[in-house]
Amino acid sequence: MRACRPIATISAGVGAMIRFPALLYRSLLAGLLLTLPHSVLAQGWDMREGVTDISQRIQTLHHVSLFVCLAVGILVFGAMFYTIIAHRRSVHPEPANFHESTKVEVIWTLIPTLILIGMAVPATITLRDIEDNSDADVTVLITGSQWKWHYQYVDVGIGFYSNLSTPLEQINNEQEKGEHYLLEVDNPLVIPSGLKVRFLTASDDVIHSWWVPDFAVKQDAIPGFINEAWTLVDVPGVYRGQCTELCGMNHAYMPVVVEVVSAEEFNTWIEDQRIAMELAGEAAVAARSRDWSMEELMPIGEAVYIQHCATCHQPDGSGQGITYPAQAGSLIATGPVDVHIDRVLNGVVDTEMQSWAPQLSDLDIAAVITYERNAFGNDMGDLVQPLTIFNSR
Amino acid sequence: MIAHADTIPPARHPLIAWILRWILTTNHKEIGTLYLCFSFLMFIAGGAMAMVFRLELAQPGLQYLGADFYNQMVTLHGLIMVFGAVMPAFVGLANWMIPLMIGAPDMALPRLNNFSFWILPFAFFMLLSSLFMQGGAPNFGWTLYAPLSTTYGPPSTDYLIFGVHLMGISSILGAINIIVTIFNLRAPGMTLMKMPLFVWTWLITAFLLIMVMPVLAGAVTMMLTDRHFGTSFFSAAGGGDPVMFQHVFWFFGHPEVYIMILPGFGIASQIIPTFARKKLFGYNSMVYATASIAFLSFIVWGHHMFTTGMPLVAELFFMYMTMLIAVPTGVKVFNWVATMWRGAMTFETPMLFAVGFVVMFTIGGFSGLMLAIVPADFQYHDTFFVVAHLHYVLYPGAIFAMMGAIYYWLPKWCGNMYNERLGKIHFWTAVFGLNLTFFPMHFAGLGGMPRRIVDYALPFADLNLVSSIGAGILGLTQFLFLYIVVDAVRGGSGKATGQVWDSAEGLEWTLPSPAPLHTFHKPPQVD
Repeated sequence: MRACRPIATISAGVGAMIRFPALLYRSLLAGLLLTLPHSVLAQGWDMREGVTDISQRIQTLHHVSLFVCLAVGILVFGAMFYTIIAHRRSVHPEPANFHESTKVEVIWTLIPTLILIGMAVPATITLRDIEDNSDADVTVLITGSQWKWHYQYVDVGIGFYSNLSTPLEQINNEQEKGEHYLLEVDNPLVIPSGLKVRFLTASDDVIHSWWVPDFAVKQDAIPGFINEAWTLVDVPGVYRGQCTELCGMNHAYMPVVVEVVSAEEFNTWIEDQRIAMELAGEAAVAARSRDWSMEELMPIGEAVYIQHCATCHQPDGSGQGITYPAQAGSLIATGPVDVHIDRVLNGVVDTEMQSWAPQLSDLDIAAVITYERNAFGNDMGDLVQPLTIFNSR
Repeated sequence: MIAHADTIPPARHPLIAWILRWILTTNHKEIGTLYLCFSFLMFIAGGAMAMVFRLELAQPGLQYLGADFYNQMVTLHGLIMVFGAVMPAFVGLANWMIPLMIGAPDMALPRLNNFSFWILPFAFFMLLSSLFMQGGAPNFGWTLYAPLSTTYGPPSTDYLIFGVHLMGISSILGAINIIVTIFNLRAPGMTLMKMPLFVWTWLITAFLLIMVMPVLAGAVTMMLTDRHFGTSFFSAAGGGDPVMFQHVFWFFGHPEVYIMILPGFGIASQIIPTFARKKLFGYNSMVYATASIAFLSFIVWGHHMFTTGMPLVAELFFMYMTMLIAVPTGVKVFNWVATMWRGAMTFETPMLFAVGFVVMFTIGGFSGLMLAIVPADFQYHDTFFVVAHLHYVLYPGAIFAMMGAIYYWLPKWCGNMYNERLGKIHFWTAVFGLNLTFFPMHFAGLGGMPRRIVDYALPFADLNLVSSIGAGILGLTQFLFLYIVVDAVRGGSGKATGQVWDSAEGLEWTLPSPAPLHTFHKPPQVD
């Protein structure tokens, strides 16, 4: 009967843990934390608690399974280290002779099975709730493409691309890294607090995975298929994540930033986006109704090139091997201008060179082509006007 | 055999004769040595790649590597360690030990044995040559996920595909040989349930290999036809499905995990009884547990794919089956502890590695159980938590078992004892280095660091620096290990007896040390 006592202790412990996971967790880690440098503490040791009901329930599941493992580990390793010390040949020269016991084998098959069933039940319940995608208030279609996210609010017809906004100088260690290094974008996804938001994920090219740890939403974006996930966030704020499926060269540079705002602010924001789209349309009309000079186009083109082209083709246009060809002296950038326009507008099918037509304005495309034809020693001297791009689309 | 030696023309230059002897050998011991040397070479190559990317990951920002080259290093590291280091090392060990342990004169199919080894250098020449090709080496991870590997893969991907085919052929032929040997060449009286556990675990492993290597071959062949012959197995545009690649790959990939660990279970089950001076506890249940693990390994592949949008029932099925694997695995751990219980233990280097294996493999098992919990997996999946998990299973699992086995049987192979003091130093530095490398990865993953990224956010900087320092230490220990083995072969700390370890049991210890080139001409009688 002595053997039963530790097991009873464990089951009582597990019960207590389910009721007071946070308390037990903190008291246990308190000792460990003392031995660690401060910066590790700041980063946090634990799975993030997050800001949704689901993320908090997942963290509890994580704690429960962690503590089951710790308890079993303490028991098994405890027995092991006890025997290592007590049954060394120097203190215990005569080995015992026993080598089988069906009873014991049955016990240590059944008890783990029961513990596992105990772990599976809450996991099943949580999983069932996670997979309930019904009754969403807002739906966002998230399309991954190398290496950015495209967000579309399908109910209201608004969409935009979200690119990494960390400057290349920070990545190349030429500038001090900012607080949100690699976790910052030009246009964050905006969603309302207190409403159920459904995410549909898809992809333009390879498999990506959209992850926001604080929502506990991680859903693969698969070309040709649409996946579903959802979240309901009560606390407004900015939440950051990353692409979590290897998606090619710049997999590390594909962050997710979500801004959660109140429902009223969200409606205002949607309205602002509509107005911005109209203004952009008017600006596009204005841009193509006049001729632009080389002096005007080159700086715009350089900025577009640095943001969208330089990670592959390199800031100096030298490219990277055959996969990411050089711009300097290339057949495209020094060849016929209509071929160059076609390449930028439509890309090359089944390569990282994507179609830029949906992503950039006429002016940006005209400027970047002008830049590519006149920078890096290409010196073609030709100008591409926004109207030409408009007509080529 | 002696007559055969006479037929070699005497005029041949000794160096050429020496080279030909190793190329043409059909002796299980020599082929075992070839496998072991080759796998160590690959282990160093794969490890060097790990050093390269750990150097890059030591600090945030890009310092030494381009992002694309980083991906190539990560991909080749995985492929080389799995197919070049761990698998051939265990096959080499099987070659050396299975005939000695079952009282057979050689492997059943000696020429096939030679062939299955000599495929490997060509396979890895093809794979590694991709580093020097235009467009670089494969850069999509060892899991080869489509469409990154098909539509978007560099030209060298085709070399990878043919390399994998060759490795697969080698593995299948090796597995056939092992099965035939075990079924046909056991000494009289050695019934299946009297076989040493290492032989049992390899028998089961060999069946796993035969069942899953063709599946991998199918997967890469579909990649090949998608790339060049207009098929659309993995492209939705043509009616295919990229996720189907993952299903096929992991149907191979999960049993593969057990291919890499079951022989390790066998090794621990040989070493622990010897140094506890007590019979293995629960031999029968160890065999049944191994068989159950092997069976379950075929029905858990979906746990690698929980975020691909599986239906709820499939998620539940794979979660329950995966959790179930903890039961037979637990039985094995409990049996090892019970074997040690009230023994008379000493801790020579093989025992240290075996105990280290049990403890740290169990840590990897714990994180595996946590990963099985689907809701939590949504947070762990594809983060450094998984990297920590798989390395705990593979490094202190497969590789510690392998190193323990080498220390254990090396005196039998070369006739000399290794330097015990250096062996212990090797063990403790490796334990320190690997925990320093892999333990912080748990926290990086929980904090939100995805795997396979070349650059990371600032909060992960300290943890990554620690991992990189640990990796450097771990890398250096390999050279200590190499020195100890070479030193032992050249004399070491003196001659070993035939018995080597005072209470080791099994047919291999009835032979003199070093074991002569040809053993068990007459099968021994086992009672």
